[in-house]
Amino acid sequence: MKRVLLVLLAVAAMPAAAALKVFATVPEWAALAQEIGGDQVQVFTATTALQDPHRIDARPSLIARARSADLLLATGAELEIGWLPAVQRESGNSRIQSGQPGYFEAARHVAMLDIPPRLDRADGDVHAGGNPHIQTDPRNFLKVGQALAQRMKEIDPAHAAGYDSRWHGFSERWHASLLRWEKAAAPLKGVAVITQHKAWTYLFDWLGLREVGTLEPKPGVEPTVAHLAHVRDQAANSRPRMVIRAAYNSARPAEWLSAEAKLPIAVLPFTVGGTPEAKDLTTLFDDTVARLLKPLK
Amino acid sequence: MNRISISVLAACAALGSIPAMAADADLQALREEIAEMKKSYEQRINALEQRLADTTRQAESATVTAGQAQAAAQANRPAATASAFNPEISLILSGMYNNTSQDPRQDPTAAAGRERRIQGLLPAGGELNPEARAWNLGESELAISANIDPHFRGTFLAAISPANEIGVEEAHIQTIGLGNGLGVKAGRFFSGVGYANEQHPHAWDFSNAALPYQAFFGPQLGYDGVQLKWVAPTDLFVELGVELGRARGFPANDGERNKNGLMSGSAFAHVGGDVGVANSWRAGASFFASKPRDRTYDDVDSTNTLVTNAFSGRSNTTVLDFVWKWAPEGNARDGGFKFQSEWFRRHESGDLTYDTTAASLGTATDAFRATQTGLYAQGIWQFMPHWRAGYRYDQLSAANLSVGLVDNGTLTAADLPILQSFKPRRHTAMVDFSPSEFSRIRFQVARDQSWPGVNDNQVWVHYIMGLGAHGAHKF
Repeated sequence: MKRVLLVLLAVAAMPAAAALKVFATVPEWAALAQEIGGDQVQVFTATTALQDPHRIDARPSLIARARSADLLLATGAELEIGWLPAVQRESGNSRIQSGQPGYFEAARHVAMLDIPPRLDRADGDVHAGGNPHIQTDPRNFLKVGQALAQRMKEIDPAHAAGYDSRWHGFSERWHASLLRWEKAAAPLKGVAVITQHKAWTYLFDWLGLREVGTLEPKPGVEPTVAHLAHVRDQAANSRPRMVIRAAYNSARPAEWLSAEAKLPIAVLPFTVGGTPEAKDLTTLFDDTVARLLKPLK
Repeated sequence: MNRISISVLAACAALGSIPAMAADADLQALREEIAEMKKSYEQRINALEQRLADTTRQAESATVTAGQAQAAAQANRPAATASAFNPEISLILSGMYNNTSQDPRQDPTAAAGRERRIQGLLPAGGELNPEARAWNLGESELAISANIDPHFRGTFLAAISPANEIGVEEAHIQTIGLGNGLGVKAGRFFSGVGYANEQHPHAWDFSNAALPYQAFFGPQLGYDGVQLKWVAPTDLFVELGVELGRARGFPANDGERNKNGLMSGSAFAHVGGDVGVANSWRAGASFFASKPRDRTYDDVDSTNTLVTNAFSGRSNTTVLDFVWKWAPEGNARDGGFKFQSEWFRRHESGDLTYDTTAASLGTATDAFRATQTGLYAQGIWQFMPHWRAGYRYDQLSAANLSVGLVDNGTLTAADLPILQSFKPRRHTAMVDFSPSEFSRIRFQVARDQSWPGVNDNQVWVHYIMGLGAHGAHKF
């Protein structure tokens, strides 16, 4: 037993492979790390776009991947609070513990919205730090990306030039894309919508959509028949143009309201991989804008 | 913001429509102009975002609690008060109503005075479950934990029993900064053997522990000691662990011992991974060894006298565990299935002393050997959001016994009735409803066949709720 352990320890002590190992909790930060890191990084994504990033178990596979990671990329703002602390602790990896350079929280680098005026679980799934779904506003990628590029350079100074140049390239392309999306999405300004989960605050802040109702009575609380009926009755006054849900949300509540109130549904990718079209960060917003515009036609 | 972008775009479009025959110099000028506009656009975005951030901050300062929340969110605004270092505190509340066809405090097969225990093996003692019929308060668990510094994390968990006794369930420190996959835990903790052993009762899928846990670990193996764990640097999850210390409760009796050096120890290995995106699994093998000395239990002998007997010797337990979880697309929010099974084998050899207090036929000691196995298998199906249904089957094998006192004619088998061969069985089914991540109400029925010729039909209505810090979704 002892000898086996010593041999295994010796294996563990061998120099890591050249690529920076990145453990991203959600697909959007994985995609961003790939843009900045290029072939100098090896990115693992803990969740897919079809999973609720809040309801994940600290699975053995996640602990195993976190064990060898050089950089842990999380959203923060309590999005991953149910499983990430357990994964960090169980991994035995000192580099990715909170407070270490290998732990990066995206939400720390953007201005948070929906910060609750009071913290009470009677209000549902409230996040003390504000709404954690910051990736729905593409402008946030510029802020997070800049900080991330800086962090990657810090952890992996040997490849700093590469991170710098790829970040600048991404930033330029992103600015151009922002112009394109904002132009295309101009008709969405002021449009009233109903959402399934309060997941789109940042998107609406960007494009000027108005949220006039939410299918979940409280964040994270499953829609009830009574509440759905209430939303339907409200819809008569507020005249929403569509119901919006994320790819990972259950389809039924939105379909019910859609049928009752004769409203089109926009299923948005929410993150990279949420729809077949959303293959990377650019196509994520190409598709989001296209799917929002479709019901207006 | 939109207005700006539209005007910028309109300008670009206008510039773009200039005839292609424009001279190179013109093109250069255009490029410069676009670059200039882009720069000013970026500056205006930044200015607007700054304004947005400022407005958000102003809005918050209007409320008292929001100040703290903002501090947590914004790295550049650290909280100024000492209370910002509050540890994570959570409290578990639980209570139940039980209906049982047999008295849970009384052994249904023996004379009055013998506590209820499973037939066919040396009794594990431990907590009775349920404690009584009708209304019962469960244990209230108060947990406090926090990072101590960049090197250690501390956890304290006290359970207050319905009888108003406070017990320290866990009180340990663990390293977070060792690296290389290593982790050390010291203090009081639940052993990492098996799968369910580390889970607290509020995390169980059923309201009581499976029969093998009750029989072999009575019902959870704990330590006052140290644990060393190591996670292999592979994509397949491989975790090895060893534990040393004063084992708490059955089958050890280290609590009564006072000696230097080793007491009890265990070793375990777990492997796990994913199969596709929808499935994940973990399997493990564990071993626990102890040397109980004068581990006593009560029985009623052939003269109908309550006597105290004791075992001294070696006790080794092997556990194999397996868990499989499935959820559509790996999204456990709306549905899923979990299969869990564990197999136990215990081998004990040493001496059995009959009637240590000479209350009946007189004290006698001779060799004793027993091998026994047990297993349980359970499936939990989440059939819609918030609702789960589950079934569990438990069984223990009849012990393979060699009792010197009976073999040499000192006693008869009737003097050690608890050891008489039997195969306990239990069927349990449950449905539970969890309105949120923090609350659960469970309805459970069971048919307990832990004694020859006796069925105990049990009904539980049980609530388990947690307030305070968000617990971990352990696998």
